[in-house]
Amino acid sequence: MIAFEGVTKIYNGTPAVRDLDLVAPTGKLTVLVGPSGCGKTTSLRMVNRLIAPTSGTITLDGEPTHGMKVAQLRRRIGYVIQHAGLFPHRTVAQNVATTARLAGIDRGRARKIALELLERVGLPSALADRYPWQLSGGQQQRVGVARALASDPKFMLMDEPFSAVDPIVRARLQDEFLRLQREIGKTIIMVTHDIDEALKLGDQVAVMRTGGKLAQVASPQALLTRPADSFVADFVGRDRGYRHLGFAGIDDDIVLSKEPAVLLGTPAEAAARSAIDGWVLVADEAGRPLGWVRVAELSGPVRESDLNLSSTFASRGGTMRELLDAALSSPSGRGVVTEDDGVLRGTIGLADLVRTLDERRTSASGRGS
Amino acid sequence: MNVDWLMREWDMILDLFLRHLWLSVAPVAIGLGLALPIGWAVQRSGRWKGPILNLVGLLFTIPSLALFVLLPWFLGTQILDPLNVIVALTIYVLALLVRTVADGLDAVPRETLQAANAMGFRPLRRLLTIELPLAIPVIAGGLRVALVSNISIVSVAALVGTRQLGSLFTQGLQLQFLTPIIIGIVLSLLLAATLDALVLVLSRRMTPWERRNA
Repeated sequence: MIAFEGVTKIYNGTPAVRDLDLVAPTGKLTVLVGPSGCGKTTSLRMVNRLIAPTSGTITLDGEPTHGMKVAQLRRRIGYVIQHAGLFPHRTVAQNVATTARLAGIDRGRARKIALELLERVGLPSALADRYPWQLSGGQQQRVGVARALASDPKFMLMDEPFSAVDPIVRARLQDEFLRLQREIGKTIIMVTHDIDEALKLGDQVAVMRTGGKLAQVASPQALLTRPADSFVADFVGRDRGYRHLGFAGIDDDIVLSKEPAVLLGTPAEAAARSAIDGWVLVADEAGRPLGWVRVAELSGPVRESDLNLSSTFASRGGTMRELLDAALSSPSGRGVVTEDDGVLRGTIGLADLVRTLDERRTSASGRGS
Repeated sequence: MNVDWLMREWDMILDLFLRHLWLSVAPVAIGLGLALPIGWAVQRSGRWKGPILNLVGLLFTIPSLALFVLLPWFLGTQILDPLNVIVALTIYVLALLVRTVADGLDAVPRETLQAANAMGFRPLRRLLTIELPLAIPVIAGGLRVALVSNISIVSVAALVGTRQLGSLFTQGLQLQFLTPIIIGIVLSLLLAATLDALVLVLSRRMTPWERRNA
């Protein structure tokens, strides 16, 4: 547990962080998010005393940090920064081993730990003896994470760890990091300016406002459904009604209809017999949906070029957001649900889906939450 | 070229060569040893850094002959003592290397330092294992300039009677005889080229991590 108790930082008379009370629970990922100048990075850096608080107390598992030796304190906390901050003159494996070496582990064992961690963060061992400049930004960031983990710290601080890479790489790094955190269960505080990243990664999200004041601390879902004030509501963003569906699963109350599917090469007349409301779903031999075909436009057997590829498919283990998107993007108006292996399970019409969502809303408010 | 003279005086020439080598390399070694802590202190001196570096740089403009003549007064040495030359050249090396060391330390990326601090590096360990290694390419560049300029400046010391390859020039002038002058120039060039290459190779060995255009 990392706890801020009445922590304030004042720079030249201007408060950067004001009277911050916040608890980052053990084993959870707490995200500090807010516009620039809200003091989120300052707050983060006060934890390992890269910045000294003006007043207030920060504790690690109840132990106040101001009583600790700075170097010792920092060695207990893994630290990941935006551009990874790797040592250019050390190989990838040496970089990762750094924190283990600082923790007093001998060279041979530190290298072994480093190689294991590289594998864990998804880097091929062939990269171990390369230098940082030979790596892509995403790879460097993974090395940065591995380096923070090499001393096996209980606590981790992450300062915009994924914001310097392109969106596709970022999404992958986020997914992998979530998976990793589920295994390692570190107590983490992460700073980001990206609310989507905060909602995606955080077990708990702390929204800060300009001037260094905490606006709200809540779970991502609670932040979307019950923002504390108009600042939080604005910051969380416009599509919050839609986005909070990203936290709702495709549960048993979703009643799917059987959807007939045809193969490529099916004659037009046969396809027309299977069609509902003029649209038929085309699947491959294994039963995985490919796309929709409008039978009225067929001039012969179904060809690949006849497919309308606009629709997304939701998998059964996915979220209501994915299902709603599947229905909205489907030219037939029927959202496709697949098994987790991609095989067609059934469809649900947009109207039925919205009705289910409405029922969920009434039953939820009936429970008074 | 008088080959007979060359053969006859070979022992003397070799002796001058070795003296020249010693007189130019020793000040670089001493100067580097002093420039590292001084450069480090200057680099951390905040707003004093610029003025101090300019002042140190000015040392290079003191004429070498003046230093050779004046130093015995300050050091209490004999005018013929090679120590005068070594001290004078060390001053020139400092003038070059203090700035180089400060620049080299300045060139270490901020993120790298921040990461090192956040990991719990103490200042000395950070300096020795992170900052200095990363400053090697810049420092080695300054070292090469210092070596080559020393090899050239040392020869002036012949005018105050300190023997080295420069003595071949004064000798050639007195005797109106070209061979020693040519030999002196050739050996100086050879020395400079060899030492320069040596530093280059050594610094490359020490920086396998450097990005090079092959």
